[in-house]
Amino acid sequence: MTTLTTAPRPAGSRVAGLGHYQPPTVVTNADIIARGVETSDEWIQSRVGIAERRFAMDETMLDMAEAASSKALANSGIAATDIDLVILATCTSEQQVPGGAATLASRLGIAAPGAYDLNAACAGFVYGLTSASNAIIAGQARNVLVVGSEKLTDYVDLFDRSTGIIFADGAGAAVVTVSDSARIGPVVWGSDGDNADAIVTDPVSVTLRQEGQTVFRWATSTMGGVAARACAAAGIEPSDLAGFVPHQANLRIIDLVAKRLGAANAVVARDIVTSGNTSSASIPLALSKMLERGEIGSGTPVLLVGFGAGLTYAAQVILAP
Amino acid sequence: MASTEEILAGLAEILNEVADVAPEDVSVEKSFTDDLDVDSLSMVEVAMAAEEKFGVKIPDEELPKLKTVGDAVSYIESNPS
Ligand SMILES: CC(C)(COP(=O)(O)OP(=O)(O)OC[C@H]1O[C@@H](n2cnc3c(N)ncnc32)[C@H](O)[C@@H]1OP(=O)(O)O)[C@@H](O)C(=O)NCCC(=O)NCCS
Repeated sequence: MTTLTTAPRPAGSRVAGLGHYQPPTVVTNADIIARGVETSDEWIQSRVGIAERRFAMDETMLDMAEAASSKALANSGIAATDIDLVILATCTSEQQVPGGAATLASRLGIAAPGAYDLNAACAGFVYGLTSASNAIIAGQARNVLVVGSEKLTDYVDLFDRSTGIIFADGAGAAVVTVSDSARIGPVVWGSDGDNADAIVTDPVSVTLRQEGQTVFRWATSTMGGVAARACAAAGIEPSDLAGFVPHQANLRIIDLVAKRLGAANAVVARDIVTSGNTSSASIPLALSKMLERGEIGSGTPVLLVGFGAGLTYAAQVILAP
Repeated sequence: MASTEEILAGLAEILNEVADVAPEDVSVEKSFTDDLDVDSLSMVEVAMAAEEKFGVKIPDEELPKLKTVGDAVSYIESNPS
């Protein structure tokens, strides 16, 4: 019988560096009200936890992806020319065809990498990180660029009170590379297609709508358990975590999941307060800023939990770069 | 099947845990939003905790109809597990 040769496999994978980009235009709750949306600062802050967010006025989704990627490459110390796989997690591509990953690579001066887009909505970055790590561990890539970039304002009706106050624009990126030990833990992922219609783009208007309470109930009742399983899969206790970065969907969800998990020593990401919900960008955006501020020590465990439309979820422990 | 008093006491416990409501403030005529300051998202939490405690199903569509503590007590009584 013929057997095929497989690629040599490294001992593990690691995140080498992160970077982020946010558009300069700040939109406060007062700005939203000034546009004529029937809401209040008090309501938005108490139900969702957002004080302000960023809207991309001139940047495209790919522009933001490029800016975040350049910073991630610089922080990783890995040259663009050494990247051999590019994964772009987004659900707000401006075009259906082609996907954005190859164009992004070309703009960054990465020659002929494997390149694909990935749509797992707000869980997209963690799906991308897992895919990157798996490609490395299987010997199929050595240096992978993973990006979450979203221009949600292209898909949001500002006057829809359930989405217009929440969603925003931004990008975050990570460079993942080979490692002599495992520094990216196993993923715990899954989906709930029975609730596919809880977050959808309307087929006619192509704007997002969501059943807020269904999503709230699902996230608060299941993500604590998913987070705990990801810790167990990586062989650590929640109390060992130095950082906890859940998807920045709603501050009430973040606080409840953090409480259920009981990560007593972790800095919990609360980037939603000034960034809004940027879907697949929210986790790398929040994590990149926490690292920049020195809130998480190099080599300490950080738990990432993505969840959103699909419904999909993915959670994973990494050691901070 | 829990008695009305047991359901009321159970709800008071849940409301205290979820929204810091003092147990002595909880009585059947109280409105969740107007009297007890329990907002729509805390109501989702109350519903989830009540489902667990009393073995009932409280779908999201039912929540807006449960305006008072008494509404919740009768819902739980008339939808036994
Ligand atoms: C979207 C969300 C903030 C809405 O909150 P909610 O409490 O479910 O909102 P409801 O539609 O039930 O409305 C509750 C009340 O607030 C009011 N309201 C709704 N949106 C409002 C807004 N933007 N501003 C002010 N008031 C608002 C409603 O009119 C209603 O008032 P009433 O009780 O007097 O009729 C909340 O459900 C949520 O964040 N869910 C999670 C969604 C999520 O995380 N999605 C992203 C996943 S990736």
